[in-house]
Amino acid sequence: MIGLEHYLTVAGALFVIGIFGLFLNRKNVIILLMSIELMLLAVNINLVAFSSYLGDLVGQVFTLFVLTVAAAEAAIGLAILVCFFRNRGTIDVEDVNVMKG
Amino acid sequence: MIQADLNIILPEILLAVYAMLGLLAAVYTGKDKLAGLLTWTTAVVMVLLAALIGLSGQGTNVAFGGMFHDDAFARFAKVTILLSAAAVLVMSQDYMSRKNMLRFEYPVLLSLAAVGMMMMVSAGDLMSLYMGLELQSLALYVVAAIRRDSVKSTEAGLKYFVLGALSSGLLLYGASLVYGYAGTTLFSGIIEAASGGHASLGLLFGLVFVISGLAFKVSAVPFHMWTPDVYEGSPTPVTAFFATAPKMAAMGLFARVLHDAFGGVTADWSQVIALLSVLSMFVGAVAAIGQRDIKRLMAYSSIAHMGYALMGLAAGTAFGVQALLIYMVIYVTMNVGTFAFILSMEKDGAPVTDLNALNMYSKSEPGKALAMLVLLFSLAGVPPMLGFFGKFYVVKAAYDAGLAWLAVLGVIASVIGAFYYLRIVYYMYFGSEAEPLDKTRSPVLWGFLMASAAVMVLGIFNMFGIEGIAEAAAATLVN
Repeated sequence: MIGLEHYLTVAGALFVIGIFGLFLNRKNVIILLMSIELMLLAVNINLVAFSSYLGDLVGQVFTLFVLTVAAAEAAIGLAILVCFFRNRGTIDVEDVNVMKG
Repeated sequence: MIQADLNIILPEILLAVYAMLGLLAAVYTGKDKLAGLLTWTTAVVMVLLAALIGLSGQGTNVAFGGMFHDDAFARFAKVTILLSAAAVLVMSQDYMSRKNMLRFEYPVLLSLAAVGMMMMVSAGDLMSLYMGLELQSLALYVVAAIRRDSVKSTEAGLKYFVLGALSSGLLLYGASLVYGYAGTTLFSGIIEAASGGHASLGLLFGLVFVISGLAFKVSAVPFHMWTPDVYEGSPTPVTAFFATAPKMAAMGLFARVLHDAFGGVTADWSQVIALLSVLSMFVGAVAAIGQRDIKRLMAYSSIAHMGYALMGLAAGTAFGVQALLIYMVIYVTMNVGTFAFILSMEKDGAPVTDLNALNMYSKSEPGKALAMLVLLFSLAGVPPMLGFFGKFYVVKAAYDAGLAWLAVLGVIASVIGAFYYLRIVYYMYFGSEAEPLDKTRSPVLWGFLMASAAVMVLGIFNMFGIEGIAEAAAATLVN
């Protein structure tokens, strides 16, 4: 029997993979975008699992909102990335360093 | 039913519809021809909405089954947000049209961001919180990269986007846990699940994630790393915007979540906020000392100021929230003036942000140097200026709540922080001889600088009555 804890574990693992992808990745900004998407999907799994466990629809409504916003976020991220690529000619994470911080 | 709900969110609807109409009008009339006009009308619309909210709003109204709260606290924050956004818009119009970089998207994006911010401070549910926050953030990512031919601006946008999305992810993960363990996303339901000083472990886990997500948005240490780069890389008017309205909105949201949803477990989050506050104050004060770029310096300054504002929140009392609101209003006013000054720093028509350019500034422009001196003293919290009273309130709130150690550390950090503000004063009055900056030709920037400095001096008599309004606002939030 697959219970709530299994879903939460999967979501937790995905979320952590997403965060690690964000911090350990030294290669490519696209991978950052993918990691962010992974984090949001982990949240969605969490929400749907809780929603089904509690027998309450609100979690699924929340998921729909998150999906929509994630799509908008990805669009804006890619648009900024395209502008950055035009100026800099590269999308390596190491080259995002005109300013030190 | 729906009619009553729509009436409550009327200001947000008006601004959103206005933004869309502005977008349509600008596209139909051929791109940037309308940009200047649109910026002015947006500022006027924002001021009118602020007047509408401030003058006509009464009592506590709840819309959409508790998802949206229109109370004194929300109105206080909204008026601050709208007025500061309008001020920044007017300053930007002046600067950007001279630099030939005014785009019609700019006022439209800023009004959409303002809708998001109004949503944030009124949120009564995790969903409306998230939607408001994202509406604000998505608009701001684009605004940071609005000079799309500049490497610095696009890099600032990219960094802001990646770290902002990370923070939204953290906040959302926290929200999902809170939903799971409280069984509802409504703040009124969460506060019942976490009442009497006791909350389940899952709920606390969610709370910590939500706090870290929000700490990103207010740029509190250790979640501050995006701030200096984004402040430096964005065009200066955009930086001015980042330093004012979004900070007020994020602080309002912070107070809203902690008191409306987690007001029953004050002891649990108070320690976390106190830690964020101490770290922000010290990192902001110490790291700013090494900065030579005034925009980067203002970034660290805003980190330190957020630390003080969080001190009021850490107190966990109604007086603490009142102190937070007063502090934020003073902070926003000071920053509008300071950025009006930074926007007017030019040499041979090109903007300068290096501190060395200010050497002996008092000789070429004594009036502006004096106004800047008042503002810098106020930012540092030197007694006769209004900035001191802001600090006094938060320190008192922390002390009254039994956080004496926090209050003492706050005072120490403000002494360290005074060094870099006073160093600018030193450059302006006693620095080495240098080529003077251009004389300004902008009455708008001059007006904002002088008005802000005048407020810092005249406000010490009665703070223009915001004390009482802030007290009433705080009372609706904490009970």
